[in-house]
Amino acid sequence: MEEFRMLSTSGILGYGYAEESLKIGMSWQPHVIGCDGGSTDPGPYYLGAGKSFCSRLSVKRDLRLMLMAAVAAKIPCIIGTSGGAGGEPHLQDTATLVREIAKEEGLTFKMALIHSEQSADSLVERVNAGLSRPLAKMKPLDEDTIRRATRIVGMMGPEPFMKALDNGAQVILAGRSSDPAQWAGPAIRAGMAPAPSWYAGKMLECGAEPTVPKEPDCIFLRVRNDHIVCEPPNPIRRSTPLAVANFALHENSSPIHHVEPGGLLDTSACTFTAINDRAVKVDGMTWQPAEQYTIKLEGVEQVGYRAMTVCGTRDPVLISQIDSYLETHRDKVATKAASFGVQPDKYKMVVRTYGKNGVMAGWEPETEIRSHELGFVVEVVGQTQDIANAVLAMARTSMLHADFPGRLCKEGNMAFPFSPSDIEMGPLFRFSVYHVVAPADPFEMFPIEYETV
Amino acid sequence: MARIRDIAQICKSKNAGPFAVTIDVLFEDHALYQRVKATGVLNAALFSRLYGVAEADVLFTPYDAASAFKATLPRLVPAGDIGDTDVYGAQQHAPLLDVDIPLDAA
Repeated sequence: MEEFRMLSTSGILGYGYAEESLKIGMSWQPHVIGCDGGSTDPGPYYLGAGKSFCSRLSVKRDLRLMLMAAVAAKIPCIIGTSGGAGGEPHLQDTATLVREIAKEEGLTFKMALIHSEQSADSLVERVNAGLSRPLAKMKPLDEDTIRRATRIVGMMGPEPFMKALDNGAQVILAGRSSDPAQWAGPAIRAGMAPAPSWYAGKMLECGAEPTVPKEPDCIFLRVRNDHIVCEPPNPIRRSTPLAVANFALHENSSPIHHVEPGGLLDTSACTFTAINDRAVKVDGMTWQPAEQYTIKLEGVEQVGYRAMTVCGTRDPVLISQIDSYLETHRDKVATKAASFGVQPDKYKMVVRTYGKNGVMAGWEPETEIRSHELGFVVEVVGQTQDIANAVLAMARTSMLHADFPGRLCKEGNMAFPFSPSDIEMGPLFRFSVYHVVAPADPFEMFPIEYETV
Repeated sequence: MARIRDIAQICKSKNAGPFAVTIDVLFEDHALYQRVKATGVLNAALFSRLYGVAEADVLFTPYDAASAFKATLPRLVPAGDIGDTDVYGAQQHAPLLDVDIPLDAA
């Protein structure tokens, strides 16, 4: 095959795209359309809670147009990292949406669900067999960490997508998958070389990001023998060498070495060439197969429960002594919480001061406050929601009423914008598993179920 | 002398996984990028100093193909954990904007 064409509708399923972009993109005759459904970017909560960070309404809108276009064109429609985090509840919620849409629109197709949530028992076996290693600065994975985790997903490579296509699936919903895998899979299966196939996947995973103006929308990739061509269907956007180069740096620790389940995409020798004023050619990428196929694991554990409140001060006397005020505040909260039976080791309180270092915290180099007002986000994490709520309520009262030297604003130190002022945030999760494991083959961790919708 | 904010086209930060933040500086003009690179001001030691991160923990890569510099640092707090201020890591680039590049000397 000389050219394999792929259309990605948006950065994340549910972020939206122009309907006209999809129409134009479909007129360029893609072999597959799809969208990445998720990321770890919105943080650990969504994986832990089993919820999506996009709304059901917006995801359904994006999916409906894609399913109708794919069925009309008789091409596959592939969703990676379904439901935002790719766990079992995320995958099932997305499948429910697809079935609803199919019923409403009278569509019928073979659908594959590729599961990526990993059972604790299976992971303990792998770890005990010495088949895991840590990423970042994590400790080696052990049984306790695995069993403490609320949910762990494996990040699949392209092979399960290829298998689902081999078995005739037209709609593929995958659990957690490496962002480019849903694109590299069909391109490699069609006979394209791995290097441009993977590179195309990297370009497709965020929709119209490699364009200007950069907003959630469609992107169209042509994979050829030794290069790719990137072009946005929407006539208001253009892919430029700068936009494509910028995107090549996106969310990777290295701009030249991209580690994937079965190898490494090396982009150090790439060149970015404008082939007209809205399309860019990239060549020079290489693919080095890995000696050992690895699957990245992502898992979260529950830390406690969180409550928060938002307030601000416009008082210059208070602003001039804000650090000592917050120290006093911390002590007062500790004393009062202890008085109702909550010792300091039973909660954690964090006060973010906007106008000072609310954005960068310990990395903020500016020490001088120049703002006439300061905003505060007060967070309390407790072992139970009751503890978090109780300490937060005391923290809110103390922020409002604590005395300080030279105080003129005797009725209250803070403006609270809302009633209720205190917001229960429910369970707090943290990333606790960020490791790789070596599976026996690329498929065994990712069982596929088929159904006719 | 020229500040990054005046000579670069893109200066941005973002998560690279939940435990790292990656900071990119891009130039549209490859010749200018080469001049900036030749000054040697942008390096792992600079990021170590600006962010208070051990130099050994900074992964610094000039990327000629994209006329870009990339530095990846371990986060102070993992994304979304207690005390994190920037879940997406999208607003950690500012200390770089005022870095002066001695272009005259290059």
